[in-house]
Amino acid sequence: MHLNGICAVNDPEVVQLFQFEFHMIAKETKMNSQPITEITKRSWYKRNEIAITPWLFLTPAILFFLVYVIFPIVQSFQVSAFAWDGLGEREYVGMANYKELLDDPAFYTSLRNNVVWLFMYLLAIPAGLFIALFLNQTVRGIRIYKSLFFFPFVISQVVVGLVFTWFYDPTFGLLNTILGGVGLGPINVLGDPTYVTYGIIAAGLWPQTAYCMILYLTGLNAVDPEQIEAARLDGAKGWKMLWYVIIPQLKPATFIAFVVTIVGALRSFDLISIMTNGGPFGESRVLSFYMFEVALSEYGFRLGYGAAIAVVLFMIMLCFIVYFLYSMYKEEKGH
Amino acid sequence: MSMVKTTVAALAATMTMSGVASAESLKGDLNIFLDTSNPAPRAVMEQLIGEFQGMNPDLKIETTIIDREAYKTQIRNFLTANAPDVATWYAANRMKPYVKAGLFEDLSDMWAEPEIAANLASTKGAMTIDGKQWGVPYTYYQWGIYYRKDIFAELGLSEPTNWAEEKANCAKIVASGRACYSIGSKYLWTAGGWFDYLNMRTNGFDFHMQLAAGEVSWEDDRVKATFANWRELIDMGGFLENHQSYSWQEALPFVVNGSAASYLIGNFAVAPLREAGLTDDQLDFYQFPAITEGVALAEDAPTDTFHIPSGASNKANAKEFLRFMVSADAQTKMNAGDALGQLPVNAKSAVDDDKFLNEGFTMLSSNSPGGVAQFFDRDFPAEMAKVGMEGLQEFMVRPDNLDAILARLEKARGRIYK
Repeated sequence: MHLNGICAVNDPEVVQLFQFEFHMIAKETKMNSQPITEITKRSWYKRNEIAITPWLFLTPAILFFLVYVIFPIVQSFQVSAFAWDGLGEREYVGMANYKELLDDPAFYTSLRNNVVWLFMYLLAIPAGLFIALFLNQTVRGIRIYKSLFFFPFVISQVVVGLVFTWFYDPTFGLLNTILGGVGLGPINVLGDPTYVTYGIIAAGLWPQTAYCMILYLTGLNAVDPEQIEAARLDGAKGWKMLWYVIIPQLKPATFIAFVVTIVGALRSFDLISIMTNGGPFGESRVLSFYMFEVALSEYGFRLGYGAAIAVVLFMIMLCFIVYFLYSMYKEEKGH
Repeated sequence: MSMVKTTVAALAATMTMSGVASAESLKGDLNIFLDTSNPAPRAVMEQLIGEFQGMNPDLKIETTIIDREAYKTQIRNFLTANAPDVATWYAANRMKPYVKAGLFEDLSDMWAEPEIAANLASTKGAMTIDGKQWGVPYTYYQWGIYYRKDIFAELGLSEPTNWAEEKANCAKIVASGRACYSIGSKYLWTAGGWFDYLNMRTNGFDFHMQLAAGEVSWEDDRVKATFANWRELIDMGGFLENHQSYSWQEALPFVVNGSAASYLIGNFAVAPLREAGLTDDQLDFYQFPAITEGVALAEDAPTDTFHIPSGASNKANAKEFLRFMVSADAQTKMNAGDALGQLPVNAKSAVDDDKFLNEGFTMLSSNSPGGVAQFFDRDFPAEMAKVGMEGLQEFMVRPDNLDAILARLEKARGRIYK
């Protein structure tokens, strides 16, 4: 196959290289030797192989990324300038959708809930770390315990949402049975605008903590025992040991945990949809859910307005994306 | 483009004519999309399609049944991208977005046929937008108060006919440690039913329709009067607590176990209540009582419909299928107690001999002089319905927020009805 489409090559170095390669092939395949002088030409591809191959491999990914990521983002920006029900004609309205957003209490509720999600969801990182530290020991059957702790991450978010909905049920739920047992009044977590978002986040933290735990468990395997020994000799133990010796070594794991948790918080959609459907009266909506509601749900016919919400959400995500890319860039440069 | 359209139209016209002219068996394809996904409705639809197939052995029928909830969001995709020949949907404003976008075929010609014009006349208004009819109805059902007869007997109550009696009953029920009304408002629309009735009883059908059409302000004193009536029931603790956390199905057990005495809901709730063990001696029905004296009683009776998408490729076959489905015989079978368990629209159909169907049929045909509404989310435009029902739910939980809620709805009205 290396012999096909050969063209003239004058560069002696390349010819030499090629001849060498040819010899290798000839040896390997034990092919009938042909006079080397015939093979003086090489294909255009061959000459530019080093430069082109990476792009060839990248092409499918780039294509898909363009079609399924970049193009929809551009399109969202475009659609957000129209009033459109997704069925009929579009009507250009300029910035009107954004102006309306600024004056929409439901938008601010969603935005506030997004911020609450971002901060509260980060609790999964310390929680995951402590469970990982707790499980990072050699006891008989520890693998079983580790799998059990990891279990919530394996089950679907929909199931997690359903389980927690039943747990919170104001009449029959376990939570209120327990609260009643210790003499506390029943609370309707998912029916009360004050608690509802925290209630859903608690449900989300269950699998997310498990995810962070597994990241830290792998991270803990890579902690250098010599450093720990050295720290011990210097008299470090307990919190000091954790804070100054272990956690710095877990930095890569922390970074990944941070990334997945932020991403998880921003795409918190399924739990809300299952547990409250955005209610009571829209108090548990986040931007992604509100966007779905106005643009795509049963009563939603405002694609332009939905796109405007999507653009705002994208802008928030962009801050994190830029930060992540920047830290990764710095990291690579450092090495 | 336009040439293609006219050719298709001409072709469709000739096909229709030939279809009418000869009663011969149909040929070609027929692609039907249904949202009747519950077991009994599904079975009866499949049975009727089987009969239609038997009448037209050469017709290639393909039926797709989609989950009822999923259908509501999928419809706009398949109507634009891959239109079937027949699709189910709902009457009144609920079909407006698709009519306005030109996605439903104008069926006025079918409504001019004597068979349909005479027998389906009761729902013609609900099928009309811009003076044309866009579909045909196959079923409708009454709304009203389903109550526990045994609990009423225990407390010495009788079916109320006016607001004072309703409140007096409720006071006694609350005093016995029960809730008067079960409701699950997690998915909002059940609260719309309460508003429909309270507003139609307080201000009448015409006012309700004006509000739905965006002609009246939400901050109007008459609307406030409706909410004031509603608030009387809320303040006396009439409604099931924590209803915002339940779906309508999840609110059924409270009626079954007797911790709520009644339930304002559609007739579709009867089947699950019976399945849960309530007998007809325990469960009964009464019409929502009058509130303002002199206001003609009006009812909610949502109508489910068949449509032909304008992108359909076998419109003549589809029309023939619709003629079959609205025929008196088919509607009788479809709405039987063990099938849909609802009311047939065709005036010549027989109503199945079922306590609730009989009561509902009598109520709608002779005791609803004010008019028949579809339902909150079918009479109000989709966006207004969504914002509105959210406000209604909030009002039920936080009645003190009423002014803010009404201001919000009024602002939405200003934007939605242009």
